[in-house]
Amino acid sequence: MAKILKMVTQRLALGFLTLFVVSMIIFLGVELLPGDFAQEILGQSATPETVAAFRRELGLDLPWYTRYFDWLGGVVQGDFGKSLASRRDVSDLIGGRLLNTLFLAAVAAAISVPVAMILGVLAALYRNTLFDRTINVFTLTSISFPDFFVAYILILFLAVNWNIFPSISNVSSDLGFWEHVYRVILPALTLTLVIVAHMMRMTRAAIINLLASPYIEMAMLKGISRSRIVTHHALPNALAPIINVIVINLAFLVVGVVVVEVVFVYPGLGQLLVDSVAKRDIPVVQASCLIFAATYILLNLTADVLSILTNPRLLHPK
Amino acid sequence: MTSNGGNNGEVLLEMRGLRIEGQSEDQWNEIVHGIDLTLRRGEVLGLIGESGAGKSTIGIASMGFARPGCRISGGSIVFDGMDLRAASDEQLRKLRGSRIAYVAQSAAAAFNPAHKLIDQYSEAPVQHGVKRKGEAEKEAMELYRRLRLPDPENIGFRYPHQVSGGQLQRAMTAMAMACRPDLIVFDEPTTALDVTTQIEVLAAIKDVVEEFNTAAIYITHDLAVVAQMADRIMVLRYGDLVEEDNARDMLANPKEDYTRQLLAVRTYRKEEAPPDESPVPLLEVRNVTASYGGRVIVLDDVSVKVGRGRTVAVVGESGSGKSTLARVITGLLPPSEGAVLFDGEELPATYKKRSRDQLRHAQMIYQMPDTALNPRQRIRDIIGRPVSFYLGLKGADREKRIRELLEMIEMDPDEFIDRLPGELSGGQKQRICIARALAAEPELIICDEVTSALDQLVAEEILKLLQRLQDDLGVTYLFITHDLATVRAISDEVVVMLEGRVVEQGGKADIFTPPHDPYTDLLLSSVPEMDPDWLDNLLADRAARKARGEKVMETSDQ
Repeated sequence: MAKILKMVTQRLALGFLTLFVVSMIIFLGVELLPGDFAQEILGQSATPETVAAFRRELGLDLPWYTRYFDWLGGVVQGDFGKSLASRRDVSDLIGGRLLNTLFLAAVAAAISVPVAMILGVLAALYRNTLFDRTINVFTLTSISFPDFFVAYILILFLAVNWNIFPSISNVSSDLGFWEHVYRVILPALTLTLVIVAHMMRMTRAAIINLLASPYIEMAMLKGISRSRIVTHHALPNALAPIINVIVINLAFLVVGVVVVEVVFVYPGLGQLLVDSVAKRDIPVVQASCLIFAATYILLNLTADVLSILTNPRLLHPK
Repeated sequence: MTSNGGNNGEVLLEMRGLRIEGQSEDQWNEIVHGIDLTLRRGEVLGLIGESGAGKSTIGIASMGFARPGCRISGGSIVFDGMDLRAASDEQLRKLRGSRIAYVAQSAAAAFNPAHKLIDQYSEAPVQHGVKRKGEAEKEAMELYRRLRLPDPENIGFRYPHQVSGGQLQRAMTAMAMACRPDLIVFDEPTTALDVTTQIEVLAAIKDVVEEFNTAAIYITHDLAVVAQMADRIMVLRYGDLVEEDNARDMLANPKEDYTRQLLAVRTYRKEEAPPDESPVPLLEVRNVTASYGGRVIVLDDVSVKVGRGRTVAVVGESGSGKSTLARVITGLLPPSEGAVLFDGEELPATYKKRSRDQLRHAQMIYQMPDTALNPRQRIRDIIGRPVSFYLGLKGADREKRIRELLEMIEMDPDEFIDRLPGELSGGQKQRICIARALAAEPELIICDEVTSALDQLVAEEILKLLQRLQDDLGVTYLFITHDLATVRAISDEVVVMLEGRVVEQGGKADIFTPPHDPYTDLLLSSVPEMDPDWLDNLLADRAARKARGEKVMETSDQ
């Protein structure tokens, strides 16, 4: 266990270093964007003098490195600055949105991960049968459609025709937990259909890959049933690659859901990011990007730790 | 083994006209051609033959099982009155593990890395509903003790990677015993082990099989091993039966030529090469200490001298550092102390700093010809590359030289020059590796376990070829091996290594004549002999010496 703690600490430290580099890349990247916030706000008719005065007021006339380190100093203390557009604190603006995004991601993960793993195990168990082929065709079809298309199909059937779920996921903080879940079911289902194929196929492939191992043959010659061979002998050894793919998909659930949020008018982080880019609201863009980067780093760290926990060679050294 | 089954016990397993087919490129080819096999209760039957004989395929067919890409296509298999070919999958599943069990060649691969040994032991009894988990675990500890595993109460709670190879093999034998089966199929259970470890495993298997009066099919390529274990022996070749007889009768009086060849396989001896008269040896390893990553020392103050035109065998078990020695000499692993001298001149520690000529002088042949040859290159390119790299030959000269080399290794240039390695047999591939080493016109060739992956008869041909090349070209060999029969066949001088140190070195006659260093003694006495009483006598002798209070060295893999 001490070894794992040491590794986690090391990786966290490395993660912070990565975040620092990412923050610089984000800042420079945003800097390179064409267009100017002051010009955007004041409109085409503003005189150059007005624009310059407004820029000075916002601090946009200072060199980039001064602004970068000012910003970074604030971030370290938890202050992401003020939104240029609304003059509100970025952390206030983002806080609720982030919770909404994480909530949707959690609901989608709670549905899709078990479904993908169970389907993957079943497909491996009954491989090359009609069942296996049907699952493959279905999941591959759902991943092949664009997510907004899947979303509209679901709305058509589940909201419009049968009226089971709401088509617009307007949520607020005073909603109860189950009411919240109820309202995000359609976006969560859409996301599930989009990501389940990837995880399910990895589970199937990782298990099938191991079915040729000598210890699987040994299990067969011990008279163990097929289902137990797959779940008890193959699956535990296949977990590391499966976990990695799951984590990539979880990260997608947090950072890649813009389109789905827009379709369901869900107040998440993705929508905020898109709006802010359009408005050249740079502090919000930077903060959102930083959160996305941190999500990737944390989830990958989790994957590594889980991979170690599932590998007896690493967990119980000689 | 005592014939408690003999010829009068009840028949347990009967195969009649067994045919098995294997699939290659959408085509089914017969690989076992109508084998008859009868096994009585408590009897141990040895199946022996070289690779491709079908012995392992026949062995697992006794469980009604065919590996993927194989199918049982004809004949009958009757186990204790039950026709296995007509049985349903579910009936077969219930039989496997409970009444017929299997012990695989590589225990390290056949144990599931994700589960503890004792959980894998109790799986079969619990799943077959024979015993409850606690009961099975108690029995496991009892069997571990019987099989002389260290710390039998706790060893089962370890994972496979935490246990040594010899111990794993015994734990697997225990696992096969878990449901007290009527029949166990042992598929080369000691082939992957060192000789000193092999003895322990053989003794343990023999002991429990006798104790529980279990019938066994013992599959091996080593006649001396099967002689210790089996009541009756079947010699197989290319899926046909060559000869079948009582073990003692077959060893004393083989009827077929092929059996006689197998019996004679370890009798080849070379003539000693003339001693090297020059004042400096061709190769000198001087006080070399080396480690991987600076932590574990793999070579500890090793000094070896190799004279011109001689063959020096470096012998030791896995982990003795013999292959690391080769890596130091070739410059792949720079030593932390000491030096390598070639012809009296010190070589740079790493191959990157050695001149092309220094590299040319020492060539290497590897254990696995399959992986040592690029599967996408034709023989012409494989041999031609060193010809042009070291000697600068081009065009017709290069072609001529490649053909000469192929003739030297007794392979017809017209037939083989355009082939890919995949189109050659194991022995032929190893010949190509020899030709590739010769292409550089080296003075020294380091042979790293070059015959270990080959069948015995093929290995002997390779040894003879190497000897003829030495006689013709005067090349010097450093011959790394774990196999004392090979040492006896080909060496002029012997270096015995243990745990990174040289235990003993000298002329072959000196090493093989007592008194020995205790480790050399252990190594020499552990090599199985064709005498069926050899194992019993050896164990009795070791026990007697221990009883007299003499110190008897034992394998570190206890």
